[in-house]
Amino acid sequence: MSFDVDVAKRMGEAEIACRIEGGDGLTVLFGPSGAGKTSVLNMVAGLVEPDRGHVRVGGEALFDAALGVDLAPERRRAGYVFQEPRLFPHKRVRANLLYGWRQGAGAVDVDETIALLGLAALLDRWPRTLSGGEARRVAIGRALLSNPRFLLLDEPLSSLDRARREEIMGLIERLRDALGLPILMVTHDRAEAERLGNRIVEI
Amino acid sequence: MLTPEEWGIVALSLKVGGVAVLVSLPLAFALAWLLARGRFPGRVLLDALVHLPLVVPPVVTGWLLLLAFAPAGPIGGWLESWLGVSVLFRWTGAAVAAGVMALPLMVRAIRLSIEGVDRRLEQAARTLGAGRWRTFATVTLPLSLPGVIAGVVLGFARALGEFGATITFVSNVPGETQTLPLAIYAALQTPGGEALVLRLAGISVLLSLAALVASELIARRAGRGLHVL
Repeated sequence: MSFDVDVAKRMGEAEIACRIEGGDGLTVLFGPSGAGKTSVLNMVAGLVEPDRGHVRVGGEALFDAALGVDLAPERRRAGYVFQEPRLFPHKRVRANLLYGWRQGAGAVDVDETIALLGLAALLDRWPRTLSGGEARRVAIGRALLSNPRFLLLDEPLSSLDRARREEIMGLIERLRDALGLPILMVTHDRAEAERLGNRIVEI
Repeated sequence: MLTPEEWGIVALSLKVGGVAVLVSLPLAFALAWLLARGRFPGRVLLDALVHLPLVVPPVVTGWLLLLAFAPAGPIGGWLESWLGVSVLFRWTGAAVAAGVMALPLMVRAIRLSIEGVDRRLEQAARTLGAGRWRTFATVTLPLSLPGVIAGVVLGFARALGEFGATITFVSNVPGETQTLPLAIYAALQTPGGEALVLRLAGISVLLSLAALVASELIARRAGRGLHVL
């Protein structure tokens, strides 16, 4: 299972182009703000359609302009952790976590995931009562429980204090080493990129 | 306190208003959705058309309805030949008039709430495996529900007060099309009808007040982040 991405899209004046090959483990997409890193994740997730190129994960084409392949986002099985948690405000933490669960084939255990992320005490809370770090952990849990084939992490450490950063960073390392899912992570922080990434793609 | 006849007027008003709002709600939601999310040529024109009953004199709306629903009219002819029914001088006609007049208010309230739904949440639902319909049913609809309810209450209050279009379209038939405002008007024309006017006017005010209070309570509930679903 690895990424094979080669996409380009014109957005206003700028053209966003990105090429990722042989991405086992954790690939860091590194670059300054405004370089289009999030747009690349959106193209991999199917939320934004590239002008040309292809997106393949583990050999399967999710998008291929030449072949006319363009899977809908719900069929790509991306575990997408957005830069903002994007928790559903009208659902408690438990319902947020289980939102994508029904479609999953049960590869990730619910109780294990809740324990791994330390979410047990938060299950009956509403998203608006969570701190930034708690919401981030719930968002990661929700993505994992949707039984994804790959993970997309958009600045998972931004706007967290030092202790929380360390905690989430450790968690990402564990996910990288334990789950064997290909991970594509966006960051603009060089130290983060070097510590977590098996390879760094600059954009 | 009220005579059976007066209760009949109140019951008819509630029936006309209720049916008008419930039947036009799906249409109002569809229009609100199109106006909030759709990108198509003629969107501005559709927007203007939907709002027309709000600004055109109600008597004109009633006259246009009369033309459309007359036996020779485009809708009236169709109803006559396919279903063998006519809404003229019937309570169903009063409901049509009330529904048309309530529609713009409902569309406005619902459209605002659909525009207020964070589309990034819908994207999140899609990546979590929910198709368009499940995303709509589990994210978009519940998050826009306070606006839908506000629209229904507002539309119902407007339908209860409908006068001009109704009297032009289906006339003032006691027991059939004579809703509260029409009954008040009729009583005003009758010598010695002042006592009846007072009672019916009192009921009108109470019903409208109840609708406004209900809408305010729902808005507050939504504002506190407590969702209806």
